[in-house]
Amino acid sequence: MPHLVSDTALIFGRYARQTLRSTPALVFGMVQPLLFLVFFGPLLTDVPLGGQGSSWQTIVPGILVQLGLFSASFAGIGLILERRTGVIERMRVTPVSRLALLMGRVLKDVVQLLTQSVVLVCVAVALGLRAPVLGVAIGFLFVGVLTVSLASLSYALAMRVATPQGFAPVINSLTMPAMLLSGILLPMSLGPRWLDVTSHFVPFRYLVDGVRAAFAGEYGDGKIASAAVVATALAAVSVTLGARLFRQAGA
Amino acid sequence: MAVITTNGLTHTFRTKRGPVTAVRGIDLTVERGEILGFLGPNGAGKTTTLRMLTTLLPPTGGSATVAGHDLARDPAGVRRRIGYVAQSGGVDPTVSVREELVTQGRLYRMDKPGATARAAELARELDLTALLDRPCAALSGGQRRRLDIALGLVHRPGILFLDEPTTGLDPGSRADLWQLIRRLRAEHGMTVCLTTHYLDEAEALSDRLVIVDQGLVAAEGTARDLKAEYGGSPDATLQDAFIAVTGRGAAPRDPAPLAV
Repeated sequence: MPHLVSDTALIFGRYARQTLRSTPALVFGMVQPLLFLVFFGPLLTDVPLGGQGSSWQTIVPGILVQLGLFSASFAGIGLILERRTGVIERMRVTPVSRLALLMGRVLKDVVQLLTQSVVLVCVAVALGLRAPVLGVAIGFLFVGVLTVSLASLSYALAMRVATPQGFAPVINSLTMPAMLLSGILLPMSLGPRWLDVTSHFVPFRYLVDGVRAAFAGEYGDGKIASAAVVATALAAVSVTLGARLFRQAGA
Repeated sequence: MAVITTNGLTHTFRTKRGPVTAVRGIDLTVERGEILGFLGPNGAGKTTTLRMLTTLLPPTGGSATVAGHDLARDPAGVRRRIGYVAQSGGVDPTVSVREELVTQGRLYRMDKPGATARAAELARELDLTALLDRPCAALSGGQRRRLDIALGLVHRPGILFLDEPTTGLDPGSRADLWQLIRRLRAEHGMTVCLTTHYLDEAEALSDRLVIVDQGLVAAEGTARDLKAEYGGSPDATLQDAFIAVTGRGAAPRDPAPLAV
């Protein structure tokens, strides 16, 4: 444990450099959320969305959570490819902390996602988003914690699955309903009651609502507090489970 | 002095069809400075044994001490003292040779100047200096294997584990690798444990051979001892002994035999 921080920094540096070398992957990772922003966002300009600020204050938080949900959930694909080259096995025979092997990667994903989020918000501002700086910062914090949770689980799953073909269907079958039931595209309060009630069983719903409340500057209505509780619990469970599976799995 | 001792080392995999015991209780002693060759048919348990001794797989039974550290209680201590070169290697094709070597040193907790200096030293020793700034993807099979071994040597381990180190190499690269392994023992007193399918390689390199079959040590000794005991005639080959021990036909023939 005394080396956890330095080991994590070392692993973070390795994967950060790897990511910087593959600029196209960084750019293409942002294409889908940018398309949503540019082609879907303007559709909602004059649509009443339930009273939480402007339409941009509704759609941009949804897109940020969507970016975190999909990017972090699929992070494990890279690990599967790396396992095939033997790099993971090589690292697991060194004294480096097994937890650092996981957290260094997760930290890289957080930094990458926050960088993309800043770009997205800048584009959104150019399109008409107006949100308090504090609210945007709170939104980024929630998206960062979501990334920590999902990336930890994704890497743990990737240590257990042999091929991307085995990995992708599992992730797809989890992320798609999670996206639809968390109100990423539109607030769930707009839907029928049964759908709204069902969505309360999906933790991401609370995060989306929390980020929307933060972007609208509504800090006192309990949504941010609920999101904070859910995000913290999700991260604690995911990192604990992820670290355990990552440690136990054969490379 | 023994640097590896195992006592009933066992590994059972849990599969969908039920438990499969790949290693059924290996008892082994390896002396310091020895080159030990593991032979056996496919699925005999050679690689599983190596993966247990290198801490990649936890034993499900038995015990072992590697480089003075108990395998189950102090795997981190074992990792600090051993080097491991996997069958598939272990380099990122997009990274330069230098970066891989320096990162490996850092993974063993060297500071950056120390890791950089060690990378240069290893590059000289393994004839990689001219390749330091090339991406690993640009290396030939032999160069890649030398890099794999350099990565396993970064922290000056006392024991080096090599899993099928010459598979896929051309005869020239194989000869170079044999020479390198002998040099490591001669110059650094290193203990080397290697698995191979090539009987000529096992005979040429190893002081002692262990034939593993169905998860057990079926025979062990020098190549001469094995030929005499199991070969059946004074001019028996190691292949004759291997067939007699395993009863399951010969190991695959070496596609590129070398003069010993």
